[in-house]
Amino acid sequence: MTISLNPRIPSGPIDQKWDKQRFDMKLVNPANKRKYTAIVVGSGLAGGAAAASLSELGYNVRCFCFQDSPRRAHSIAAQGGINAAKNYQNDGDSVYRLFYDTVKGGDFRSREANVYRLAQISRNVIDQCAAQGVPFAREYGGMLANRSFGGAQVSRTFYARGQTGQQLLLGCYSAMEKEIMKGGLTMFVRHEMLDLIIIDGKARGIITRNMVTGAIEPHMADVVVLGTGGYGNVFYLSTNAKGSNATAIWRAYKRGAAFANPCFTQIHPTCIPVSGEYQSKLTLMSESLRNDGRVWVPKRKEDCGKRPQDIPEGDRDYYLERKYPSFGNLSPRDIASRAAKEVCDEGRGVGPGGRGVYLDFSDAIKRLGQNKIAERYGNLFEMYQRITAENPYEVPMRIYPAVHYTMGGLWVDYNLMSTIPGLHVIGEANFSDHGANRLGASALMQGLADGYFIVPLTVGDYLASAKPAPVSVDAPEVREALEGVKRQTQKFLDTKGKRSADSFHRELGKIMWEDCGMARSRQSLEHALSKIPDLRHEFHSNLFIPGTGEELNQQLEKAGRVADFFELAELMCMDALQREESCGGHFRVEHQTPDGEALRDDDKFAHVSVWEYRGQEQAPRLHQEPLHFEHVALAQRSYK
Amino acid sequence: MRLTLNVWRQPSQKAKGFFVTYEAKDVSPEMSFLEMLDVVNEELIAKGEMPIAFDHDCREGICGMCGLMINGIAHGPSRGTATCQLHMRSFTDGDTVWIEPWRSAGFPVLRDLVVNRGALDRIIAAGGYISVNTGSAPDANAVAVPKRNADDAMDAAACIGCGACVAACPNGSASLFTAAKISHLGNLPQGQAERSKRALAMVEQMDAEGFGPCTLFGECQEACPKEISIDVIARMNRDYLAATLKKRPERVIADA
Repeated sequence: MTISLNPRIPSGPIDQKWDKQRFDMKLVNPANKRKYTAIVVGSGLAGGAAAASLSELGYNVRCFCFQDSPRRAHSIAAQGGINAAKNYQNDGDSVYRLFYDTVKGGDFRSREANVYRLAQISRNVIDQCAAQGVPFAREYGGMLANRSFGGAQVSRTFYARGQTGQQLLLGCYSAMEKEIMKGGLTMFVRHEMLDLIIIDGKARGIITRNMVTGAIEPHMADVVVLGTGGYGNVFYLSTNAKGSNATAIWRAYKRGAAFANPCFTQIHPTCIPVSGEYQSKLTLMSESLRNDGRVWVPKRKEDCGKRPQDIPEGDRDYYLERKYPSFGNLSPRDIASRAAKEVCDEGRGVGPGGRGVYLDFSDAIKRLGQNKIAERYGNLFEMYQRITAENPYEVPMRIYPAVHYTMGGLWVDYNLMSTIPGLHVIGEANFSDHGANRLGASALMQGLADGYFIVPLTVGDYLASAKPAPVSVDAPEVREALEGVKRQTQKFLDTKGKRSADSFHRELGKIMWEDCGMARSRQSLEHALSKIPDLRHEFHSNLFIPGTGEELNQQLEKAGRVADFFELAELMCMDALQREESCGGHFRVEHQTPDGEALRDDDKFAHVSVWEYRGQEQAPRLHQEPLHFEHVALAQRSYK
Repeated sequence: MRLTLNVWRQPSQKAKGFFVTYEAKDVSPEMSFLEMLDVVNEELIAKGEMPIAFDHDCREGICGMCGLMINGIAHGPSRGTATCQLHMRSFTDGDTVWIEPWRSAGFPVLRDLVVNRGALDRIIAAGGYISVNTGSAPDANAVAVPKRNADDAMDAAACIGCGACVAACPNGSASLFTAAKISHLGNLPQGQAERSKRALAMVEQMDAEGFGPCTLFGECQEACPKEISIDVIARMNRDYLAATLKKRPERVIADA
């Protein structure tokens, strides 16, 4: 089998491509829409928006999520905001500028046409959310407020306190509930997708496990949309929710959907550090703290055990200010993260385990007063104190980088369709818009743009062109997929080894974090690639899952996800190994400028690395989709 | 530190439940409550036993998935905190801790500490939205929203749908949850067109789900991890009463 990586970008000037595409796409007659069934997996900003909008159009929609309600999806945890090129502040913003910032911020590894469309649609997204009743922050005149965010010189971020993701998701969820009430949308909660059904080369349904009863069942459809989020939990510790997983996209990959840029992960510099072996997840502290906090560690290792207030000014190393005098504490995410790792590797980290750096507000408090700082960051300081029991007004915060977002994902064309006809992939689950590094406040924008405004139209084009014929739930392909899932489930239960799924996951995460995390080298990646298969073999021979498959069994759910993380981890390392350059979140220590900046190799790597699955026994095949930069000139990033 | 846990175990919705006592050894004060349960569960798995099932996801207090009755208090002793953000430093060495699921006729137990909160989704489906299809929105700044209204709407919209208000209420009422949504949308100009219809439909659905009546005990606002004020219930009652008084039969227009 050979895959086609034609991105199907419409011809014409970049600002007219989406208009042209909307005119060229085929339409489904309103009366015929109800005859088609669309399955949407995931109920976050992307999946939820798609499910509601497809139902509004008249399709028969079935949406699946593993949580107990669509309102729980991890989009809910996004704090900062959502970008839109509204130019409400009259500060020179435009669709073109948002497009430009996003391509540049992504370190020139995204597709121009997709990003331009995203910037165009960003304006409609804000309109839609405001009309739904999302309580965005307002000025006294009643107009929408904006704030600035990293990587932009204009103020284009809309927000709802520190809970923007929550409010946007609740807007989306309310649209879904409206459609559920009308009858166009059926919601399946506590259902996990475990395989994709392909018939005649087209996506025709999914296999799910009912997480309450254990029933493994097929669901048939004419088109399948995955909005299942990112795969940051491959690292075990991340800012993702505990349930976030790669199973849906991974099983789709194994059915023929190519995987693009799996090694592109974003590591956020300001998270609360690990406090012990039992640590289950990491909590992000908004990047905005770096506006007033100063980052430092002791100059000498011997001082690391001292209380910070006992370390005199002269013995402190404000390493970001020292290394990057012009950007200082506001250096971009990838750079600040790597610098923290370096000082901790040197043994100068602080706190338990020596994996932390100080974020100190004492100068800002002296300069502005405690009240001003409380006004700006009060809720964040409170959250920090709740978790650590330390008062950041008196003692500097301790922070450390953590995995936060994955830019890689299933490959999609301009219509957001994967290499499997009829399988569309939206939001963080696809790869298309953020290149090698995502800018702050852009994930929410992309999820909603894909879900509300792009996929509802491109799904129609697919259905009108492919005209999928009715299929039977008794088709041999359905039976084969069903049997495969049942076999795998039974295998986990029958292994009867000694170790829990979590213990393997934690060990895998450590390997990935050490060898394929903030800084990667040929040596570290080869090390990971030699360790992972051994651990994977042990997982499959020494796993212990109590209970049965016919009940609510959280260990069994976990086992399937960890099994997929093992395979994905290997692909991430292979991808990181072959990408002999540094770009955005992907930093290969062999490829840096003399002063430690990421060194891209545009001659060899201005392309998307796309992996094709070829069975358990064979290595995946690497393909390339070349990237063309006609509007944003390739340039080296510098923050000195 | 060392704790004695009395945990509600119930193999399935139909099975009978009972308390089982476990010892939690080597508990660090830095652990979250759920991390403490993770450690207990790892020990149970090592002994070949079924671990304690509990719901959780984001573990940063925003998804609303977690929720335990801890010593009879919804989400435990720390105010304005969801179970996942409760830390073990709130307990002392030698404490005995009773851990139960939410108890309410509207929330059947599925297993151990996991309950079915689908009733809350159905209350939203009854009218907890502004009916605006994708694409039909005017410019976001076309409708001015006074800052005060936007702030009040946001206070109510902070609800995470965890169900602690129901669990804490002696009557098992879902009023705080329902009223928070009615108050969020009713505070906004966009929400006015459906305001009466929304109040009627959501309150009726709440009653139909078997939740108890509100008698203004105020336990709900004490338990709420987002500290939503009971004032929203007064607003709901006002909207509901007004809607009842001016209730007119739905106009039915046959399609041409």
